[in-house]
Amino acid sequence: MSDAVIKFENVSKQYRLGSVGTGTLSHDLNRFLAKIRGKEDPTQKVGVVNTLNSRDGEFVWALQNINFSLNDGEVLGVVGKNGAGKSTLLKLLSKVTAPTTGEIKVKGRIASLLEVGTGFHPELTGKENIYLNGAILGMTKREITSKFDEIVDFSGVSKYVDTPVKRYSSGMYVRLAFAVAAHLEPEILIVDEVLAVGDAEFQKKAIGKMQSVSKSGRTVLFVSHNLTAVEQLCTRGLLLQNGLLKMEGPINDITTAYKKASVNENELRRSGTRHVEFLDYKMVNLDRKQTDEVYLGESFVVETVFKAKENVDYTDLTLDIRNDSNEFIGHITNSDDLFEVKNINKGQEVKVSVTVKDISFAPGTYYISLWLGNNYGTYDYIENCLRFSIKQGDAFIQRPYPFDKRAKTVLRSEWLFD
Amino acid sequence: MLNHGTSNHNTSDADEVWTMVLKPKRSLFEINLKELWQYRDLIGLFVRRDFVSKYKQTILGPIWFIIQPLLTTLMFTVVFGNIAGIPTDGIPKMLFYMAGIVGWNYFSTCLNDTSQTFIKNASIFGKVYFPRLAMPISIVISNLVSFVIQFLFLLGFLAYFMIQGADVNPGPAVLLIPFLVLIIAAMGLGFGIIISSLTTKYRDLVHLVTFGVTLWMYATPVIYPLSEIPEKYRMFVLANPMTPIIETFKTALLGTGSVNYMQLLYSLGFTIVLLFAGILIFNKVERTFMDTV
Repeated sequence: MSDAVIKFENVSKQYRLGSVGTGTLSHDLNRFLAKIRGKEDPTQKVGVVNTLNSRDGEFVWALQNINFSLNDGEVLGVVGKNGAGKSTLLKLLSKVTAPTTGEIKVKGRIASLLEVGTGFHPELTGKENIYLNGAILGMTKREITSKFDEIVDFSGVSKYVDTPVKRYSSGMYVRLAFAVAAHLEPEILIVDEVLAVGDAEFQKKAIGKMQSVSKSGRTVLFVSHNLTAVEQLCTRGLLLQNGLLKMEGPINDITTAYKKASVNENELRRSGTRHVEFLDYKMVNLDRKQTDEVYLGESFVVETVFKAKENVDYTDLTLDIRNDSNEFIGHITNSDDLFEVKNINKGQEVKVSVTVKDISFAPGTYYISLWLGNNYGTYDYIENCLRFSIKQGDAFIQRPYPFDKRAKTVLRSEWLFD
Repeated sequence: MLNHGTSNHNTSDADEVWTMVLKPKRSLFEINLKELWQYRDLIGLFVRRDFVSKYKQTILGPIWFIIQPLLTTLMFTVVFGNIAGIPTDGIPKMLFYMAGIVGWNYFSTCLNDTSQTFIKNASIFGKVYFPRLAMPISIVISNLVSFVIQFLFLLGFLAYFMIQGADVNPGPAVLLIPFLVLIIAAMGLGFGIIISSLTTKYRDLVHLVTFGVTLWMYATPVIYPLSEIPEKYRMFVLANPMTPIIETFKTALLGTGSVNYMQLLYSLGFTIVLLFAGILIFNKVERTFMDTV
């Protein structure tokens, strides 16, 4: 354990819900009175688990009893849904705010990147902003001067360093900002989703830079929704759920658990006016038997039943298919096939089935989201409600091919000697 | 570089040396001035930023530093000097007002600007850590730059009036001016950071500050000499810690009356206590203000 450079001991963080301001003076007085009478803080409820839809209680624990340690040179990925406490964890570690209970111990200089370009001033030139931003991130003037050329090179905006950044395109702005951050040399680097900026080429560059940072033996703590990037960069992982530390371990175990958890969680995300709503939906094979497996190159059918609560002129039915990294892979809508669902009467039940032909996605786990609606809005949208897996069949692929982490779709091809 | 070789394998967990331990509360007097010193470059860059950004794309640029006190002086000369007829201890009116305004301005800008430290910088403070005191300190320094420019202008004015033969005699008390400026800065900073710490929760103070400072000016001998205050009310004016500062500032430059060191000592003591209290409160609030701001 003595190699630990970051250590969380029973760390919790409590936030107040709703608007802070009204009533705070009376709360403060209450709290003060309780304190002098030697009682517990009446506004602090212990043991309430944080879920975004729980409305009871004015306070919420964004993090609860977090214990973990991170060793020198490890690259830790933190994953979890929105509101799981990832950002709070980073904020605590970056000293932006203090924990409510517990202790965080750190060995070495920390630089945290919760955002790129913090403190950039639009009126200042690129050069001036490099210095300002670098200093905000904890570099001294001399360090910045020694890296100045590298930073400018990396950003690719060398022609414009003497132009105020307000004249920059947003891409240039972000590149310059990331370039400064990328040249920090802390012993511990904390990064939050900053890779989600810039164009694809720049993202590649950014990930490359992160990889070289982690390979140089520095300790990195990385938070992202981009599971591919997390898997590429990290060796270990933490899974947070509703402010609790759900799991800790090798990164692949963590991402797998996260992918599972994100569907198994009972509540389906559903939205829309519900003037027309799904009563039932299922996936079946061509023999109309329910299934959740299909071989590469085969076809399957999605059967839906929906009901109108009032007269509806027409509605579209759409299927979105995402993979287990939540990447959008396929989209099917009835209007593309000139199939119309029109003039539904109030109370009428409609059955529509759609055959997805010759599925050509790489083997893996997929999720279908169903959408009912028209140009005027959404009637009913159920996110990732059907889960299925594609198995490697021999329709296209004649050899064992490790599809995970490689190509996302399979292309049909013909070969000949010319 | 990190020295990987020296990790202390044999020591128990409790003996480990951590560079930083984050706890829910830290003791009231745990103030990390060393860290602040490490960030001195940042303070310098903030000052530069304030200076550059304020006058970029303005035609007159830094001349604005001078226009503002000049116009205020003219206004006061007309309103208080000529219309209201408030005497100025025999000093040329323009000179009397300008000396008061330049001194007071530095105080009021320091107080006003630093009192919004947390609110105005919430977006930066929410994303990155640096010693929060760097921000108000840089504000005080960048205001000092404008003060110096205004002060030089005031000296030019003074020289002009002396050549014209006005009865002004800058005395040896001039040597006190750097000290006065320091007290002004410290007091402005002290009040400012206390208010900024309180505004993170009680936003009402923001409204109070802007007009409160204006009212305060009238309770300070800026547009009138202390000698004009009837004896029985003088105590109240003297309770104001800014009174001795502005009075001495004028005495030093214009040669009216003599320096009252007892009163100055009161201001000094007040400022030290205030600044110390301010730093303590600020230090306490800065750790969690992001949750309430």
